Amino acid sequence: MKFRVERDVLADAVAWAARSLPARPPAPVLAGLLLKAEDSQLSLSAFDYEVSARVSVDAEIEDEGTVLVSGRLLADICRALPNRPVEFATDGVRVSVACGSSRFTLHTLPVEEYPALPQMPTASGTVPGEVFAAAVSQVAIAAGRDDTLPVLTGVRIEIEGDTVTLAATDRYRFAVREFLWKPETADISAVALVPAKTLLDTAKALTGGETVSLALSGSGAGEGLIGFEGAGRRTTTRLLEGDLPKYRTLFPTEFASVAVIETGPFVEAVKRVALVAERNTPIRLSFTSGVLTLEAGSSDDAQAVERVDATLDGDDISTAFNPTFLLDGLKEIDSPFAQLSFTTATKPALLNGRPAADAEAVEAYKYLIMPVRLAG
Amino acid sequence: MDAFFAAVEQASKPSLRGKPVIVGGLGPRGVVSTASYEARVHGVHSAMAMAHARRLCPNAAYLYPRFTLYRQVSDIVMTLLHELSPLVEPLSLDEAFVDLAAGDSGRRLAGLGHREVTAAARGTAEALRARIAEATGLTASVGLAGSKLLAKIGSEAAKPDGLVVIEPGTERDFLGPRSVRTLWGVGPATAEHLRRAGITTIAEVAETGEAELVRLLGKAHGASLHAMATGRDDRPVVAERDVKSISVEDTFDTDLTDRARVRFEVARLADRCVRRLREAGRSGRTVVLKVRHYDFTTLTRSETLRAPTDDPGVVKETAARLLESVVTTGGVRLLGVGVAGLADFTQEDLFAQFAEETAAREEAAGDGTAAAPEPGAPPPEPAERRWRPGQDVSHPEYGPGWVQGSGLGRVTVRFEVPTGRPGRVLTLAIEDPALQPAEPLPLTSWTPPPGSPEAGPPEAGRDGDAGAA
Repeated sequence: MKFRVERDVLADAVAWAARSLPARPPAPVLAGLLLKAEDSQLSLSAFDYEVSARVSVDAEIEDEGTVLVSGRLLADICRALPNRPVEFATDGVRVSVACGSSRFTLHTLPVEEYPALPQMPTASGTVPGEVFAAAVSQVAIAAGRDDTLPVLTGVRIEIEGDTVTLAATDRYRFAVREFLWKPETADISAVALVPAKTLLDTAKALTGGETVSLALSGSGAGEGLIGFEGAGRRTTTRLLEGDLPKYRTLFPTEFASVAVIETGPFVEAVKRVALVAERNTPIRLSFTSGVLTLEAGSSDDAQAVERVDATLDGDDISTAFNPTFLLDGLKEIDSPFAQLSFTTATKPALLNGRPAADAEAVEAYKYLIMPVRLAG
Repeated sequence: MDAFFAAVEQASKPSLRGKPVIVGGLGPRGVVSTASYEARVHGVHSAMAMAHARRLCPNAAYLYPRFTLYRQVSDIVMTLLHELSPLVEPLSLDEAFVDLAAGDSGRRLAGLGHREVTAAARGTAEALRARIAEATGLTASVGLAGSKLLAKIGSEAAKPDGLVVIEPGTERDFLGPRSVRTLWGVGPATAEHLRRAGITTIAEVAETGEAELVRLLGKAHGASLHAMATGRDDRPVVAERDVKSISVEDTFDTDLTDRARVRFEVARLADRCVRRLREAGRSGRTVVLKVRHYDFTTLTRSETLRAPTDDPGVVKETAARLLESVVTTGGVRLLGVGVAGLADFTQEDLFAQFAEETAAREEAAGDGTAAAPEPGAPPPEPAERRWRPGQDVSHPEYGPGWVQGSGLGRVTVRFEVPTGRPGRVLTLAIEDPALQPAEPLPLTSWTPPPGSPEAGPPEAGRDGDAGAA
């Protein structure tokens, strides 16, 4: 095998594929990155039994072939190489990497022991990469990080015809985002629970291309997997078992009070007041006509108060939130105005974005947040 | 308070006065909480296995504790202590430190010479003992000294029904001849260590010198022991100690081997723990599970949540998850569930709140299908009623009384009241519908004076141990 490839192209591809290398390989060959040269394309693959990644880049192929080398080492080397074309050549059980005046000789791992990568599920539709990445980040923020409840570490992807709904919760907040996509068959219907961290990484990595295709398997080949492809990169991820609790009934539909606040000043005020809220002690919010008062801290400690303008439709209401949870939601609504809807002080509050103070709320993204109840 | 639980029982049950009374767990694995002085003569002491106590003193009255009543009496005593000074540090239901140098009494003492202070404090202590006796009908012992350590040791020396004053300058004479075990932090291991170095009394500890003690016992322990032995203790009386955790535990009469039963008991303990947590108006982040195996090996497992909770569902779920990491096949002797990392706010949980509402709605809708018993639930109590020794009962014809014992379908009740004379004993059928459980009767008719701080419930009297510093 012998080929030549641009250094930047190679470094990008290796860095991305190396992210899927297992930290502690269950078998030595899994620490390897599989390099395959054929048809003027170099493909690199990594697999840790959960996630598989494959990326193809253009290369000048002299001799076709396949080789398995230590992924970590190759990633370190590629990061450090000077900006010149890189030439790979096999020599028995070794492979040489030459770039400018530097030359590396690496041991190879036995290709025949490398497991077959999971088959990509049959593709089921496409969505613009930017839309997908934005939607995933809006929802993944609410996913749990605690492995004791694996179901809550996932993002639920529900596909119903041309609508995709992403949902995640850590039981303190619940984020839901809907967007349209182009399914291959109009009456498609599927549900999958994908590890949130992997999904977030994947969505970010695939923004380079115009569209991302999502491939969800029904039964048969690739069962229990979801595949993503875009910008020459394709990755599969094993799904989490189980499903999120049914959530549509959790979202209240009737409200006693609806407040609208300009997002920028609101976020700034929360950040300032939360400086005295140590260890995520709550921040207290009181809405009265025209004014929102934010408070944090206790008389034993530092205290902070700030007022911001707010329009309130309905009863005055006082409640409290974990400041981090509130800030997460305000950041992700990505709108100039924030709308908070309440039933009572101890029930979940619903956060939506509004494009303008007097515009309708954006329904495509909903962030439900549980309040903090104060003693006494 | 002197032999508090037993003394309350004797005060509330005239027939037991002057007789040995032992209060504690009466099951096969019960432990003595308190033994009356009559029982102590036979060698019974608190923390002893109940089976051992029964062998030493077979004729004593063995009673289950009645914490409601003890708490009521304790409230009365604590109220009296608060009248002396705002700085009262309760150690338990029946023991507290009072700082007489604080508040009004402190102002009265200020500027006096140490002889006058001692005389005034002695008067205060005697008056206190008299007031406790009047309010509760029970005796209390007081140790009066310049530090908490000496006040506590003094109060032990004063028991029963006494007052010991350790005047400034006499501390070392008082401590000197006593055993090293008298000091805080000296248990069997340290005592043995010191004994090998030829040290058995506090005077010997004091003579040994700090450097030698530090070599023997390590820096912290050696230095603090030397300070105590020379009568130095400058810890202040702290009115409110921060509670760090709230927990409950149960020892089982026979080891639990059925996994489903273990799960059920953990869920029950979690419920109880949350009830205590809520009563205290707190919430917590860390759930702790404690398991003692058949061979007494004990382990704890804990999980810290992202936010504090006081939700029974969340605590139950977390405790159940912790249990999954513990092997219990050999049999479980004790289980405990606790909550630590306490806070005064609660992050609401979406699913727990929703589950609660759904359950409430279903109940309101009269969805009367009784829930199937949870898996692992112990067999339902036998249909016959259970009467526990010591329990308060009342009978429309014979009046109030207490259960002496029950068995073979019969229950023996002594009908008497705290303020009366020893009453008569009657044996009734367990099923007798006229016999009903009752609330404990107050020991005296004492009511706190109006306007006194933290007035206890007027209907009850109690006893407590008072160590005044």
